[in-house]
Amino acid sequence: MRKTIFKGMLLPYALLAPQLAITLVFFFWPAGQALWQSVQRQDPFGLRTEFAGLDNFVDVLTDADYLAAVARTLVFSLAVTALALGTALFFAVLADKQIRGARMYRTLLIWPYAVAPAVAAVLWLFLFHPSIGLIGRALNQAGIAWDYRLNDTQAMLLVIIASAWKQVSYNFIFFLAGLQSIPRAVLEAAAIDGARPAYRFWTVVFPLLSPTSFFLLVVNLVYAFFDTFGVIHALTHGGPGKATETLIYKVYVDGVQNLNLGASAAQSVILMAVVIALTMVQYRYVERRVHY
Amino acid sequence: MMRRILLAAAIATLGLAAPTRAQQTVDIQFWHGLPQPLGGLLEGFAEEFNRSQARYRVVPSFRGSYPETMVAAVAAFRAGTAPHIVQMFEVGTGTMMAAGRAVRPLHELLAEQHVAIDWNDYLPAVRGYYSLPDGRMMSMPFNSSTAVMFWNKDHFRRAGLDPETPPKTWAEIEQAARRLKEAGLACPISTAWPTWIMVEQASALHDTPIATLANGFGGLNAELRISNPLLTRHLTNLVNWQREGLFRYGGRDAAGDALFPSGECSIVFASSGIRARVIREGRFAWGEGMLPYYDDVPGAPRNSIIGGASFWAMNKGPNATRTAEEWRGIAEFFRFLSQPEIAARWHTETGFLPVTRTAYERVRQTGYYQQNTGADVPIEQLLRGEMTENTRGIRLGGFAEIRNIIQEELERSFQGQQTAQQALANAQNRGNQVLRNFERQNR
Repeated sequence: MRKTIFKGMLLPYALLAPQLAITLVFFFWPAGQALWQSVQRQDPFGLRTEFAGLDNFVDVLTDADYLAAVARTLVFSLAVTALALGTALFFAVLADKQIRGARMYRTLLIWPYAVAPAVAAVLWLFLFHPSIGLIGRALNQAGIAWDYRLNDTQAMLLVIIASAWKQVSYNFIFFLAGLQSIPRAVLEAAAIDGARPAYRFWTVVFPLLSPTSFFLLVVNLVYAFFDTFGVIHALTHGGPGKATETLIYKVYVDGVQNLNLGASAAQSVILMAVVIALTMVQYRYVERRVHY
Repeated sequence: MMRRILLAAAIATLGLAAPTRAQQTVDIQFWHGLPQPLGGLLEGFAEEFNRSQARYRVVPSFRGSYPETMVAAVAAFRAGTAPHIVQMFEVGTGTMMAAGRAVRPLHELLAEQHVAIDWNDYLPAVRGYYSLPDGRMMSMPFNSSTAVMFWNKDHFRRAGLDPETPPKTWAEIEQAARRLKEAGLACPISTAWPTWIMVEQASALHDTPIATLANGFGGLNAELRISNPLLTRHLTNLVNWQREGLFRYGGRDAAGDALFPSGECSIVFASSGIRARVIREGRFAWGEGMLPYYDDVPGAPRNSIIGGASFWAMNKGPNATRTAEEWRGIAEFFRFLSQPEIAARWHTETGFLPVTRTAYERVRQTGYYQQNTGADVPIEQLLRGEMTENTRGIRLGGFAEIRNIIQEELERSFQGQQTAQQALANAQNRGNQVLRNFERQNR
């Protein structure tokens, strides 16, 4: 593999500088502020500040609402990840075949990725709203009492589907690339030895896809934890009750709506720690199983 | 070389930033939370003020619903870019009163600018809501509403009910709802602002407190008392009616407003302020009446409490100051708004109350109430009987959050996950935590 060698230090640092600046300004600075605010108690206007040590963290971790949100977020993230990965893999396997219009299918399957999360949520709202949505009205007329604004399970279901839908395109691209990098010779050898297509998939294709799958697992989990805020806010606002209030949405509710900045900052620090730990665990343990 | 370039750039930037206005108009940023058509009418008044003089220019801007406007203003203050005037809804009053130097108390501003407003002319409920215990005003009242009942006369006719006689008690409402449902109407009863109307107004009408210390007027150490027999009875009724299809939950805050003008629901409880919208959008005969009550509760019905909002003058930021000209401009705009013609026109063009007696008399003398039936229902309901400490209003810190908590617990009840009694008990516990946090933050 060719490596690029730089003479001197100025040019490499100058080339890296924009990215480092962005990381500093958009990640380290807000993270630092969150850490700072999480050890303080402030009034909403920022006029009175008192140092509170770990009080905010204790309050948050002993709050029954917070623990319920943790359970809810786990369910939500696992469901979104499973749905997004499974659907994308299915489509990738189908689109990998030599059929007419394969390129058109692939393009159409990639398009949803360009839709902004909040816009995607509004699209699903226009489909599933009990009064103004096509499918929502159809469900109600067919006798199913569909109203996600009132029903916990329906709200969670809708939010999971809307979030997963957005992520399917991204996963699809990677799975397709992964499938296409599998050498034909290996599959043909397995076919000659009498392996049926399904058996071939699970014993040959799937293990060879593992670097891609592992990468996508991490990306999808982080997406489900953080990037689904737009979908939840536009569709259900965390309701009904607290049915779709995931951890990231709770950070928003406590910080922006209830103006309780200390608790909100503490929650976002905990969330950051969880995701960092998750990523570290995955890299250390799951990486071992990855077959290159 | 680099140093010289940087120096030149710095000087150029300083030159650009130097204030150049000597005789230019002073801009007054005015953030409000009224959607159309009310927002347009309010902005029209700002335009009139701008045209009436050349010194100050009020720049109105719609910042989302009342809760969103409140959050935006608080965040702007933290960032040092707070607007000059913000329209803060009535439940934000507790938070604003404890805001310290984030707000400029109205009495202080007016005294400094030598603007005199006759506060005795204002309705007692309105004056009392926005003043300190000793009577000094903290914010400028403008759009005060109260909750009323709108009923669809066409639906009533279809159900065989008398369209000109609205139900007066909750028992009559239930009967009417059953008849409406039998006639095939899908949504007999609904409401907007479920907490404001079904909890706060209902309590006031029956002379029941929702918190100690005169609903919080007496101090920051007030405690919620919503887990009481009256509210348990009323919310249990709502939950049961919802199960039977007589009542439909319309959603939080103003989400239920759309259900009446669209003709979907037959009886809707909403702010009197949506009268303008009903006139514009309603394609059916309708009426406006007073809120129903339980006639077996002694003393009921009492006066309802105000909703709506007031205007607060804000400082720019924790470390920023405003010029004397800006303060003068704000005071002049408030003087403009306190004129009887303005208050009268705001009342007749929308469904908000005439906030001064002079305005009320003027409108009455033009025969407006004869020509527009129901337009005087809000003020009649507000002035009914004698005010007690349970019907003066509510002043609790963090009340926007408490309302959301009550709405959440109600939503759980509507789904059948808990009884109304449990909902009220949970909401009271959670709400008290919010109050204690607020007390600690503002000690």
